[in-house]
Amino acid sequence: MGMAGSLTHETIQGPPPPPPFEGGWGGGGGGNDGRGSSRRASFTGLWVLLAASTMVFAAFTSAMVVRRGLSDDWASMPKPPILFVNTVVLLLSSAALDMARRALKAGERGRFNTWWTIGSALGLMFLAGQTLAWMQLKDAGVYVSTNPSSSFFYVLTASHAFHLLGGVSALLYVDVQALRLRLGPAKRTAIDISAIFWHFLDGLWLYLMVLFYVWG
Amino acid sequence: MLLAPVVWILTVVISYFFAAKTWWFPLPINQHGAAYDEQFARTLVVTGVIFILAQFALGWVIFRYRDDGRRAEHFHGNNKLETIWTSATAVLFLGLVLMGTKIWAGVHFDEPPADAIPIEVLGKQFAWSFRYPGSDGKFGRTELKLINDAGGNPFGIDDKDPASKDDIVSASLKIPAGKPIKLILHSRDVIHNFFVRELRMKQDIVPGMEIPISFTADKIGVYEVPCSELCGLGHYQMRTTMQVMSADDFEKWKQQQLANK
Amino acid sequence: MSAPAHASAHHAPSGFWRKYVFSVDHKVIGIQYYFLGLFSVFLGMSLSLLMRFHMVNPEAKVSWFATLWPKAAAGGMMTPELYLSLMTMHGTIMVFFVLTTVPQSGFGNYFLPIQIGAEDMAFPVLNMMSFWTTFLALVVMVAAFFVQGGAPLSGWTAYPPLSGAGPITGPGEGIGQTLWILSIAIFCGASLMGAINFIATTVDLRCKGMKLMRMPLTCWTWLVTAILGLLGFAVLLAAGVLLILDRVAGSSFFLPSGLFISDQIIANHKGGSPLLWQHLFWFFGHPEVYIAILPGMGVTSHLLATFARKPIFGYKAMVYAVLAIGFLGFLVWGHHMFMSGMNPYSAMAFSVLTMCIGVPSAIKTFNWIGTLWGGKIRFTTAMMFSLGFVSLFVSGGLSGIFLGQPALDLYFHDTYFVVGHFHMIMGVAAIFAMFAGTFYWFPKMFGRMMNETLGKIHFYLTFLGVYGIFTPMHYVGLVGNPRRYSDFTNVEYLAGVIPVHKFMTYCAYLTAAAQILFVINLFWSLKKGAKAPVNPWHATSLEWTVPSPPPFDNFAGVHPVVNHGPYEYSVPGVERDFVMQTDPPTAVPAEG
Repeated sequence: MGMAGSLTHETIQGPPPPPPFEGGWGGGGGGNDGRGSSRRASFTGLWVLLAASTMVFAAFTSAMVVRRGLSDDWASMPKPPILFVNTVVLLLSSAALDMARRALKAGERGRFNTWWTIGSALGLMFLAGQTLAWMQLKDAGVYVSTNPSSSFFYVLTASHAFHLLGGVSALLYVDVQALRLRLGPAKRTAIDISAIFWHFLDGLWLYLMVLFYVWG
Repeated sequence: MLLAPVVWILTVVISYFFAAKTWWFPLPINQHGAAYDEQFARTLVVTGVIFILAQFALGWVIFRYRDDGRRAEHFHGNNKLETIWTSATAVLFLGLVLMGTKIWAGVHFDEPPADAIPIEVLGKQFAWSFRYPGSDGKFGRTELKLINDAGGNPFGIDDKDPASKDDIVSASLKIPAGKPIKLILHSRDVIHNFFVRELRMKQDIVPGMEIPISFTADKIGVYEVPCSELCGLGHYQMRTTMQVMSADDFEKWKQQQLANK
Repeated sequence: MSAPAHASAHHAPSGFWRKYVFSVDHKVIGIQYYFLGLFSVFLGMSLSLLMRFHMVNPEAKVSWFATLWPKAAAGGMMTPELYLSLMTMHGTIMVFFVLTTVPQSGFGNYFLPIQIGAEDMAFPVLNMMSFWTTFLALVVMVAAFFVQGGAPLSGWTAYPPLSGAGPITGPGEGIGQTLWILSIAIFCGASLMGAINFIATTVDLRCKGMKLMRMPLTCWTWLVTAILGLLGFAVLLAAGVLLILDRVAGSSFFLPSGLFISDQIIANHKGGSPLLWQHLFWFFGHPEVYIAILPGMGVTSHLLATFARKPIFGYKAMVYAVLAIGFLGFLVWGHHMFMSGMNPYSAMAFSVLTMCIGVPSAIKTFNWIGTLWGGKIRFTTAMMFSLGFVSLFVSGGLSGIFLGQPALDLYFHDTYFVVGHFHMIMGVAAIFAMFAGTFYWFPKMFGRMMNETLGKIHFYLTFLGVYGIFTPMHYVGLVGNPRRYSDFTNVEYLAGVIPVHKFMTYCAYLTAAAQILFVINLFWSLKKGAKAPVNPWHATSLEWTVPSPPPFDNFAGVHPVVNHGPYEYSVPGVERDFVMQTDPPTAVPAEG
């Protein structure tokens, strides 16, 4: 066949790198400014991750709707009142993160550190509060297997908490970097990404609360 | 290059066995089965023609456009051709499925006549049981606690319920020819599937659900019922038969069963 | 290579572990995925050979069976539960660790960044984690063979209650089934990481001039596959969590009331729905079919154009067809459930949508033949496998027209007709694309050519072999042969098809033996193959502009600029019969 013939073609055409933020889906540019995560790619990755998480919860929700509609054994479960405290804590943590980002925009590093630390601490508090809620349920004799409503409660809150563990790790990572005064421009991306992810978990939690109190 | 004749020969051999019906369906024993076979034949003709044309075309381009020193032509496509074959395929495929809807509707949407004979079908790992309500037309009460396979009570029928006095339980399905039958399928453990080739019918039996299917079998004979949904290690031997009898024989069989009870 | 090496801002890692094991280089990760898939495909194939042997020799006593499975094959005779566990593991390993892994994670990882002119994936560390998570999933899956009760027997679809009610439903339904679900959940996590990388890379890391509509079709299929994986695996993960809770926490998502299994009343479960699992599973499961086959379609399109020396026929139509398949793929899951007891009206809706998805598939076939028409076909082994793919795709696709009609499914559901159908279209067709990709890209990946003569013998044996295995499955399907039977002697009407099964088994032996040629070719060529030039096939896409194998960051610090579409072959007025994507705009006389 003689396919493996010699090649006369010039290899790589190599003009200088393109400007970093040009085009997107439709354009022909790529912000190929290095190996690995450019800011834009990180955001794309974040949106894709949020889409996947949304799908997981959409699947749980549709399972819940179907399971609830199908049979007559669904009994509303008692919800520990601490959930409302947790909700407030979570919302406050989101607000604190936003304050931190504003401070950073204004160039006030010190204030950023304070607010971000508060936000991370509130995030940890929420997780602690959730643990408390589960323990209260356990003491009240409400287990995963007690009723489909409690099964779904545990599944949804645990999945949310699992996401939150990732979120808190990101917040703490940023916090440690900030307190060690290592917030280079590349870390701005990490700050924005973890804050947006955290806001998403906030919204998700509100959605779950509505789900529990209206349907569960 | 050699690939062209190989593809052609394969096409001929594959098509031959479909055309010669070397391995084929058994004859149908109901009207639905006959309609089914027509729909199958239509689909076979359409897909068969596409199959032969496409494989022969593939062989042809392999043969005709092999590298013989020419330069390849240069074109990027042809929107008109693209539109034609897209719409042609769409019409053919959708046409086929629409023609089949009547058959599907006949199985699932037509209510069985009021005088259809109800028979309860029980699937369990790895055997079949059939229950007839007897002359009172009522199935007796059942309870999980009363299930006793060794004692001949796979349904868990409650003997104290008067309605269960004349219930007949059988390990194979017996039905009269020409009479509408209504099967009520249920499973007590995992998913099974009721399948009679000659009826051209199949239905999953799902625990927690009662799924009805109805049909009228016209031809006397004995037909096999193999479980057709994976149900565990004995799946391959979960088999029974469906015997279609004359109305008289069916009555005689029922009397005999009651007498033996 | 005249490119200045110092332009690269990054340096290749040194040290064995960082270079070959925990590497963040997409090329190393791609090769790791490839070899994970190669191991899995031979494992899966061995299981299928054991199954084929048992089906036609159900009573045979083989001494080494007893050595391997002292309990499940005591005395050397394979038990039905062993057969079913082999079947479950065959399906699972093939679908997840071969069909999902090699075309997408293997070739995609290696060639997506190079083909779009990027130095690496968007998130290299995530990429590495994705591979090692997949590896962990495989370890957990294979571990199911070695636990008490053995591997699960509920099939790769794991329908509850069989898969949900615990060991009372059968051996293998204990720890084995739990490990199975765990492995699938881990795999879902790995796939999600991979999907994030593929999408972000394609969207954001294309080099200058690489417009979306200039991407090779391979990149399009990798992108759409990543989106399908993202949405599909998320749902499977959710379903897996629920199933595992039914098994270990006593919940009742899928287990209904009134169960009586193995002479026991199952009192602790009530009210669940077995159909709910099927809906969730097939919402993932049908897109999964396209996850397996779309990259194969991309490779086939890419190779047909290259070796026919012609532009792809209808590039845009091909792109739209891939997008349409991806979209419709999420709307047709119900056609797996026509007989499941779901609402018969929805069955009709699903069947119409299913026929709709046949249309873009047909467009692809027409366009492949249109691409070959008027070409100048070079019969390399890679091209032979691509042509074989087209033939198998047609054969396997057309039987789908029967199965997509609920009316005809009344007979064919769960018969060998189905087994023949999906093996042909998503099994061997996809595997043919993998062979094509291997022969095509091996020179780039390893710097050496594979042996063409050995390759062609391997091709013909495999091509005839798979037709010999899977065509007769359709015939025995017509007779009404149920699938997932370990033994056909209990059903009288199957007596006539046993000789056909024997024929299939012999063909399976032959096909498996032919694969030894492939392995010899692969490993021999790694060491002894002729040195590969930069562009052995005179192809146009970016991977053929860099050395074989490419340097650590692909383009040695140079930023490629793309000026042409991916399939500019035999352009009139150009002396050479191909125009590289990176050729200067003046390489083509007028806009062609």
